[in-house]
Amino acid sequence: MEWIQQLVNGVSLGSIYALIALGYTMVYGIIKLINFAHGDVFMLGAFIGFYAIARWDMHFIPALILAMILCAVIGVIIERVAYKRLRNATRIAALITAIGVSLLIEYTVIFFRGASPEAYPTVIENSKIEILGAQISVQAIIILVISLVLMLLLQFIVHQTKIGKAMRAVSHDADAARLMGINVDNTISATFAIGSALAGAAGVIFGIYYTRIEPLMGVLPGLKAFVAAVLGGIGIIPGAMVGGLLLGVVETVVSALGYSLWRDAAAFVILILILILRPAGIFGKNAREKV
Amino acid sequence: MKHSKMKKFASIFLATSVLAGMLAGCGASEEGGSSSGGSGSSDGDTIKIGANLELSGGVASYGSSINDGAKLAIDEINKNGGINGKKIEYIAVDNKSDNAEAVTAGIRLAEQEKVVAMLGPATSGNATATVQTANQFKVPMVTASGTAETVTVDKDGKVNDYAFRTCFIDPFQGIVAANFATEELKAKNVAIYMDSTSDYAKGLAASFKKQIEENGGKVVKEEAYVTDDVDFKSTLTNIKSENPDFVFIPGYYEEVGLIVKQARELGIDAPLMGADGWDSPTLVELAGPDALNNTFITNHYSSGDPDPKIQDFVSAFEAEYSKQPNAFHALGYDTVYFLKDAIERAGDKVTGETVQKALAETKDLSLITGTFTVDKNHNPVKSATVLEFVDGNQEFKSKVNP
Repeated sequence: MEWIQQLVNGVSLGSIYALIALGYTMVYGIIKLINFAHGDVFMLGAFIGFYAIARWDMHFIPALILAMILCAVIGVIIERVAYKRLRNATRIAALITAIGVSLLIEYTVIFFRGASPEAYPTVIENSKIEILGAQISVQAIIILVISLVLMLLLQFIVHQTKIGKAMRAVSHDADAARLMGINVDNTISATFAIGSALAGAAGVIFGIYYTRIEPLMGVLPGLKAFVAAVLGGIGIIPGAMVGGLLLGVVETVVSALGYSLWRDAAAFVILILILILRPAGIFGKNAREKV
Repeated sequence: MKHSKMKKFASIFLATSVLAGMLAGCGASEEGGSSSGGSGSSDGDTIKIGANLELSGGVASYGSSINDGAKLAIDEINKNGGINGKKIEYIAVDNKSDNAEAVTAGIRLAEQEKVVAMLGPATSGNATATVQTANQFKVPMVTASGTAETVTVDKDGKVNDYAFRTCFIDPFQGIVAANFATEELKAKNVAIYMDSTSDYAKGLAASFKKQIEENGGKVVKEEAYVTDDVDFKSTLTNIKSENPDFVFIPGYYEEVGLIVKQARELGIDAPLMGADGWDSPTLVELAGPDALNNTFITNHYSSGDPDPKIQDFVSAFEAEYSKQPNAFHALGYDTVYFLKDAIERAGDKVTGETVQKALAETKDLSLITGTFTVDKNHNPVKSATVLEFVDGNQEFKSKVNP
């Protein structure tokens, strides 16, 4: 059953896109900034996980948690150092700063460890299960489960906790939230922390699933995740999940049909089409801009 | 062996501008008089041999391996009295794995250091970029591992007079792989999965396909990927559905490592085969030793070859560097002996021109990577070795003559 196999391939790829896209969408939702450094936080997560597993002999789950914590800290530092003072500047200034931060992270990593790739150690024994004639690796299943758990956790944080309530309030109207006694700065930092932690987790998962990591690995998945976020409707959390999974499946289908060289193009054609036909994304409501 | 059109274009542009600048500067400078066709010579007590190699950057592992092999050969020659009583002076310049830097390094070796010959860049792309410099300054350049046809022959089929190589060319590896698949593995339905951004891989795939069809085999699936891809699963699933009994994967180790791993994960158990682009320890790290079982490569040489000449080289190398020599070490070593042989026959006046002539006339020269004769396109006619990966180690399988 070839198509089941392809579906599993697509959903695995898509869940990585979804985890990265969540960070994009949360940050955009709260400060209307496309954080282009997000793909590089994903890369840092992959490297932290790699060093934790290969050099410090940690197990997979502790390494994953360590990568998430350190990425959360890095995300907050980026926000405090680079973006906070630009909160009232033009959006283009913040966007350019984000690109600058992205390049800074990439080339700092290259400066300290060189540009050569690293091979992730095998942490999950790679046995296969046959389901309806498709070979599905245990690795892929564990990765899917972890992604799902993280997404459910995020839903819980956003909808059931106090900080989640604050995040929703700030994204709705930051000034009104401030008047209601919400600490807007801390809420924004928390958003960066959560988004970056998810990107860090995606980095570790990516490393385990695809083995090769290198300092510029965040660029393309970062852009694809951005497409996924726009596809689902930027600023909308369930939209990022659906957009990520959908993009993964679309890319796989394009390859499966024999157009593997068009796969990257397909992602960006989707971006163009969605911007022309439905700029608010699948889940977006057409809100009228206040003038 | 890496090749990129844009880089090549950029390097040619840069090379022309650098040259223009130099020529313009000549008129004003006092020493500028001798610049036209400034070929090196060996009037002193030493013979200067340059090396224009990838000592840093993306393919640094190729360049530094060639450098190590070359240094070993030069030490041996100098210890045994040099060439015609003259010691070799070896000048290595780093081209940073970059086409434009390779051209600059070539100009520096020819113009400032006045070498009589140089070891050329390791990859086809960098070597091709440097050819023009070699022709212009009339200094022969020998690439140890640039396997693309276009290094020694330009687009119109004209031989580049001052470009030579020690390795065999790409189409030959494809033919060897096809013969190995049909004769030794009895493969009938084969699939090809190539790196469509690399001229090296495309050349190999084309010659493999032609030969396999001549041998009565059938290509059931042709797929392609691009450099830097990480997800090959959907395409591999496609290949799997055709049930090939052999898959040919011309490409470089960074992607091939992932392809092999993912292919085995999807349950493709057929033999997989590639060429010298697979030859790197990184391949074993990426794919894992288990997944690499039942895979084969064609290569220039094997340290497990029982030939006594090879075993002598292996022990000399191990004594110097305390590790096993790979194919690039052997090619670097051979390149120096290839030059030595030519310089000995170059006559009393050792210059770029006389060495070039002697190199082109090389016949039945016995070296580590095979006995070879230089043909009219400046390619050596020599044998290839087929290796099998067994638990992550390359083991000698067979030797194939052209």
